[in-house]
Amino acid sequence: MIKGLIAVFLAAILTENYVLNKFLGICPFLGVSKKLNTAAGMSAAVIFVMVLATAVTWPIYYYLLVPNDLAYLQTIVFILIIAALVQLVETVLKKYMPPLYNSLGVYLPLITTNCAVLGVTMLVIEKATADASYTYVYALVNAFGAGVGFMVAMVLFAGVRERLEACDVPKCLRGLPITLVAASLVAVSFLGFQGLVDGLLGT
Amino acid sequence: MADKTATTQEKQADKKQGGLLSVFTKGIVKENPVLRLVLGTCPTLAITTAASNAIGMGIAATLVLVCSNAVISLLRRVIPDKVRIPAYITIIAGFVTIVQMLVKAYAPDIDQALGIYLPLIVVNCIILGRAEMYASKNSVLPSMLDGLGMGIGFTAALLLMGIIREFLGTGCIFGMPLTAGIVEPILIFILPPGGFFVFGMLMALANKLSAKLSGESRPAAGVGCSACPMAAHCSKQAQEKGPSACPSAAAPEKEGGDKQ
Repeated sequence: MIKGLIAVFLAAILTENYVLNKFLGICPFLGVSKKLNTAAGMSAAVIFVMVLATAVTWPIYYYLLVPNDLAYLQTIVFILIIAALVQLVETVLKKYMPPLYNSLGVYLPLITTNCAVLGVTMLVIEKATADASYTYVYALVNAFGAGVGFMVAMVLFAGVRERLEACDVPKCLRGLPITLVAASLVAVSFLGFQGLVDGLLGT
Repeated sequence: MADKTATTQEKQADKKQGGLLSVFTKGIVKENPVLRLVLGTCPTLAITTAASNAIGMGIAATLVLVCSNAVISLLRRVIPDKVRIPAYITIIAGFVTIVQMLVKAYAPDIDQALGIYLPLIVVNCIILGRAEMYASKNSVLPSMLDGLGMGIGFTAALLLMGIIREFLGTGCIFGMPLTAGIVEPILIFILPPGGFFVFGMLMALANKLSAKLSGESRPAAGVGCSACPMAAHCSKQAQEKGPSACPSAAAPEKEGGDKQ
């Protein structure tokens, strides 16, 4: 059980990295990774919302939608839950935790349309349908791992981009094109983790 | 409503009767959503491993885009300004569900290939972006044409990337082997890094070409406020708090703001 959870967690960070392997959440990855502290702030908010969204959508899917034959409404229900959740978190943080709100608040509205959050809630359901032993706990760990993976990619890439600022880049590659090429190289390095999790835990 | 004044000027030109054609064509080349506005990068990178996937995704997104633009444009006077984003998302999600069921019923292969990226059209920035920037302030016909043009532009960009990646990565185009036995395909182009690389190179090419055509170097709108569907929200906050409100565009200024 514990071994399985660790495997899911590590796989979500390294081999199934949501940004570099599944291309979810590319917009914030390219947009917000200019500075290290903004990258970290945004990722913290993403981790928070990802875990919360999975915690809410999973029971709703299995105890509300499936018994009533409404599974086809998954997309519409999930996105509304995420939108409402983000709004709720923003309001609660603003009221009760102003310091946290000041550091995370500006990123929260951006997260509603972040495909990584909707992606993780749907992918865990997809995994659970394929594998019966994949329970709620696995889903939560997977969501947390996906968030941490997002953070790892963002923070790593923020470092790369700060170095990139000082480079002399050909004119037509300036800005986004060279950033994408750099992202490609970071993704190559993540390819190196393929098979690492299975090898480590001997599963 | 304050945020709407920013883009009214350029939109007024489109409102002229003769401008309908330009409304349609601008999405294909001049304001290509993928290569010029840098919207919808996630599906662009994820599903362009084969040209046929690109067409499937392009058609699905175009359908959603045209329908949601039409409905949002019809409801633009009814939806209150404060809850417009959730309202748009609900409308878009409804159409995505319809398209999802259609694809599942009539093109199960495409459904299999696109997987989770099909429902994720809901959060595709192109659709929400067009709803916010265009459909919410224009009448039905131009909005649908805008949606169609943007959709075709999106499909064209996806197809271009799909063909390049499929050709380099597997030596095939649309599954037809072209270089089998002559050249060993470069597998990495259909893996994630290849997606980033081809996209970067295409964007550099688009920059180069548009610089040559217009005679000046005007880089593509980076991922910033112009490309962000939340721009309206940010600009509202910016008026209240100063330029530090947008996390992506104003990152350097934010540093200064924090120290005060």
